[in-house]
Amino acid sequence: MLRFFKRAIQDILANRFLNTVTIISIALSVLIIGAFALFFINANAVINFWTKGIRIMAYLEPDIPDEKISEIKQKIQRTEGVRDVRFISKEDALELLRIQMKEQASLIDNLNENPLPNAFEIHGRTVIRNWEKFEALAQQIQSLPSVAEVEYGQKWLGKFINIFNLFRLTGYAMSCLFFMATVFFVANTIRLVLYSRHEEIEIMRLVGASESFIKDPFYIQSLIQGSVGGMIGLGVLFIGFKFVIGDWIVDIWGWKLEMNPNFGFPISDFQIRFLSPEICIGILAGSMFVGWVGCHLSLRQFLKL
Amino acid sequence: MKFNDDSGFIIRMFHVYKRYASKNALIDINLDISENEFLFITGPTGAGKTTLLKLLYLGEPASEGQILVGGRSLSRISRRQIPFLRRKFGVIFQNYKLIPTKNIFDNIALVAEAVGTKKRLIQKKVKSVLRAVGMEEKLKAFPPGLSGGEQQRVAVARAIAGNPGIILADEPTGSLDAESARIIFDLLKGLHTRGATVIIATHDTELIRRTGGRVVLLEQGRLKMSTIIPKLS
Repeated sequence: MLRFFKRAIQDILANRFLNTVTIISIALSVLIIGAFALFFINANAVINFWTKGIRIMAYLEPDIPDEKISEIKQKIQRTEGVRDVRFISKEDALELLRIQMKEQASLIDNLNENPLPNAFEIHGRTVIRNWEKFEALAQQIQSLPSVAEVEYGQKWLGKFINIFNLFRLTGYAMSCLFFMATVFFVANTIRLVLYSRHEEIEIMRLVGASESFIKDPFYIQSLIQGSVGGMIGLGVLFIGFKFVIGDWIVDIWGWKLEMNPNFGFPISDFQIRFLSPEICIGILAGSMFVGWVGCHLSLRQFLKL
Repeated sequence: MKFNDDSGFIIRMFHVYKRYASKNALIDINLDISENEFLFITGPTGAGKTTLLKLLYLGEPASEGQILVGGRSLSRISRRQIPFLRRKFGVIFQNYKLIPTKNIFDNIALVAEAVGTKKRLIQKKVKSVLRAVGMEEKLKAFPPGLSGGEQQRVAVARAIAGNPGIILADEPTGSLDAESARIIFDLLKGLHTRGATVIIATHDTELIRRTGGRVVLLEQGRLKMSTIIPKLS
């Protein structure tokens, strides 16, 4: 394995220009895909943060007997997409209102009867992935007998989630495109190297070199290209991220550059995060895989005999 | 190296055809070659000499018929086993086929390495085969800096680096002067003396008459004659 590695390094050094172009193209793809991932992961966290409190409130018609209430609760519980259901009696609701209205609590004391309805607080499972499903769930609950009215989250959040999902799709499509483009780049680099060494490869085959003896250095070469390109891409993304979020200070021979140190995200308690180590490893493995696929395609085409 | 079957023949060809799109390169070839034989395949240009050699080391597959090498049918050899078959052959080409960007040592070391020679033995092996062809002092030279005769000697050294039992030489003296040709032939004869089966494709009749041995004549893809020519005294 060590000698294959040595041969792969020799090949890279002998074809510096081609390999540099490939590494740069892998790095660019990783940078763009990584930027998308960074955006989605943080946007997902933001939506999670916003939708944590989102629930459907189902207000019941007045004078429904207790046994009927528990029957409705069971029905809601069995509805697809419901995570949990909590009953809030009109007495509990009034007590909550009294607590919330501290200053004007006397207004509530003067009421002759409790005007609030019994209600269910329902949490769904599908808020983030699919707002339409969440809306459909609300409508399904609305259609249950004895449910007078249903109330749920802000409309703008639904729109935001839909736009986010559209971006997510675009991200997937872009990732696929970059994947294919990078495979194409790597495949062509390896193909050019194969063409430049076709005589040597032919001789190796004639003297009985095994397929792996011929191919393995190329595979190692492509894995090196993938990993170096991946590391450069992630490194540039990390530097860019640090600059954008503002805890990055460059000090070159006394010349200081402090990027936007007071930049903050408009949500309290929310911290933008860089890609987790697991995702970075995944991206790195992905870039190595891209190199491997490109190499495999070229070798399969070139070494048919 | 012994790997012939019970018949005593190291190579057997039965009704072998090789067809290309528009023409038959070999037609109904039947040929047996014994172990440690020194065989010439001769005939005019385009007679099928090179094609016949290629079929033996599976440089190309036969279109029809059966070829046995060491008792094994080549049509039954899997892709994975082809390298092991090729290691039984040492192939020498008219145009040497040395890698111009590698020095002589690396050209031969590549073969030794490819056939699985242990790293610590490679240097010893390369030096020993170069010594055998009288090129030990050119270890660090590059092929373009050598004469045709010297390059062919290196090619012979490369062919024997993997310890093959059969040497296939395709017009090995075709582009050499008389003195260089004589050296190459002496080397091939020496390999034969040491036990190798040597098969030489050539149209140099003068060389055949001077060397002697079995001669197979090909004409337009057909085997016209197989005879033994005595060495000129």
